[in-house]
Amino acid sequence: MTSPLEQKKIKIAGPSVVTANRTWDGIVVYRTAANGWSAELSEAAIVRNSDEAKALLAESVADDVGAIGPYIAPVRIGEDGKVQPGNLREQIRRTGVTIGSPVQV
Amino acid sequence: MYAYDEIDRTLVNERVSEFRDQVKRRLSGELTEDEFKILRLQNGVYLQLHAYMFRVAIPYGTLASNQLRALAHVARKYDRGYGHFTTRQNIQFNWIKLAELPDALADLAEVGIHAMQTSGNNMRNVTSDQWTGVAPGEIEDPRIWSELIRQHTTLHPEFSFLPRKFKIAITASDHDRAAIKIHDIGLKLIKNEKGETGFEVLVGGGLGRTPFIGKTIKHFVHGRDILSYIEAILRVYNQYGRRDNIYKARIKILVHELGIEKFSREVEDEWQHIRNSSLQIDDEVIEDIRSRFTYPAYEKLPHMPDELRQAAADPGFEAWRKNSVAPHKVQGYSIVTVSLKPIGAPPGDATAEQMDALADLADKYSFGEIRVGHEQNLALPHVAKRDLPALWKALNRLGLATPNVNLITDIIACPGLDYCSLANARSIPIAQELTRRFSNHELANLIGRLHINISGCINACGHHHVGHIGILGVEKNGEEVYQITIGGRADESAALGNLIGPGVKFDEVADVIEDVVEAYLALRERPEELFIDTVKRLGVEPFKERVYATR
Repeated sequence: MTSPLEQKKIKIAGPSVVTANRTWDGIVVYRTAANGWSAELSEAAIVRNSDEAKALLAESVADDVGAIGPYIAPVRIGEDGKVQPGNLREQIRRTGVTIGSPVQV
Repeated sequence: MYAYDEIDRTLVNERVSEFRDQVKRRLSGELTEDEFKILRLQNGVYLQLHAYMFRVAIPYGTLASNQLRALAHVARKYDRGYGHFTTRQNIQFNWIKLAELPDALADLAEVGIHAMQTSGNNMRNVTSDQWTGVAPGEIEDPRIWSELIRQHTTLHPEFSFLPRKFKIAITASDHDRAAIKIHDIGLKLIKNEKGETGFEVLVGGGLGRTPFIGKTIKHFVHGRDILSYIEAILRVYNQYGRRDNIYKARIKILVHELGIEKFSREVEDEWQHIRNSSLQIDDEVIEDIRSRFTYPAYEKLPHMPDELRQAAADPGFEAWRKNSVAPHKVQGYSIVTVSLKPIGAPPGDATAEQMDALADLADKYSFGEIRVGHEQNLALPHVAKRDLPALWKALNRLGLATPNVNLITDIIACPGLDYCSLANARSIPIAQELTRRFSNHELANLIGRLHINISGCINACGHHHVGHIGILGVEKNGEEVYQITIGGRADESAALGNLIGPGVKFDEVADVIEDVVEAYLALRERPEELFIDTVKRLGVEPFKERVYATR
């Protein structure tokens, strides 16, 4: 759950993605293999070593109009191949607050 | 209420136009995020976990009913139908779209609300006792001075690029409801022996990673000199405050490292250069500001009206009245605290419907005025006692009459990991579970006054250091772990709490707090001895023993 603000060195311990927030509305997005952004984690490009992560992050940072604050986040890949967030912070970003909203939306 | 003049209105409207242009240039790519970030922060726009977060200023916690309706409108039209009142008397919207922000700001500007300086390294919203102007025993209405400081510091170029953010809080009562001792500058309005208005000035308070209780730098600064004195403090801070390390940049670190004596000498030297300048305030300026405040036309009303006498037979009403209704300086009136802490709900949240309805109730029962307290509750400051039963029924229908003000379920909590990009752990679910554990009103009453404060990271937006019970969420090996402190307080006897032992896991927090409370009930000398006094008398040990003996 390290804050991205503290993410100084790129060193990954397992499968990871690049995530950010879309510039015009702020929603959570993931960098895709097609040089774009998607709101679906399942469409995220998966990187497995530091060089890949560095390259994907550099490309993401360059797309400043598309999304802001990109950083590398860990994911877990299940036996069925489904991609899941790798920690609680990313789980909350993906599925929303863990509390009931005061207003049903 | 203070009525903005043409200068204020022009400034707010120009700011909206300016920000609209900045957003347009950002979305077109003309501005990079690096270039835009400081501009959005100066307009209260953060990036949080799920979206942008928009923080709107409520200067010294005072709102008119039409302003509350405008906040409800923003919640409904641009956000997800609710807002979150903060410990800085602001309101935050959690799901705002950058592209729509200029429109939201324009809608707020129509009622004189803005988001200037609710973020960034500048002078933040001036906060105050939410009972200013109505609390019995208040030395003088400090809103005039709050407004003076607001005007002077708004967009002041010298205060726009400080080493770090800077917060001022003001009170004019002996009992400090504004937590002035944990602010960068705390001002206590007092009178000198000649009966002249002035301030005891405190400096260097603050929480976060390195908490300090503010120290008195000057026992009396005459009202006419308060701007120059504040400016002198800020100049010393601007000159010597650290800009190389964000964790050491707040004025509290400077005061601590220099020592209050040396720091005050530096301020005194600077002050001598500027105190007899244009910063000296004429009485006319004060009177001009005073004249722009409107004051309620109170009626002459009985101390104990029949309506109140009859309603006293209703235990539900009495439970609410006892902890939500406070004495007013005018006979026949009361100050009503509106709890935003329903059992099982996020502390400080209000829906658009609640805000609209409360604005209507303020018009009907409180001369159209609402206050926001740093405890994340609202208040209606001018309610005739005869109207209390009707108001209670109306608030009850809205879910705004939980009879828990100042009790254990009146919890202060930051948004935590559910919303905040800085957080390491969740705060709100902890608060929700605690309110369920202590939902029995008889039990909460038996426990008495007890403040629980929860922060989801060391930045301490939930003021955990000064909670009677403080809960700090941290991350350890990928798990949420919570450190518990006891003995903190944010009032005139402000103190930092002490850790009771090792951190506990998310699922254990409520059990631990129950143990702490059970220990208190067993240890207190008499029912009137408050939790905070028992801790002061006995220290941490007996509580620690109770919590960790079986863990």
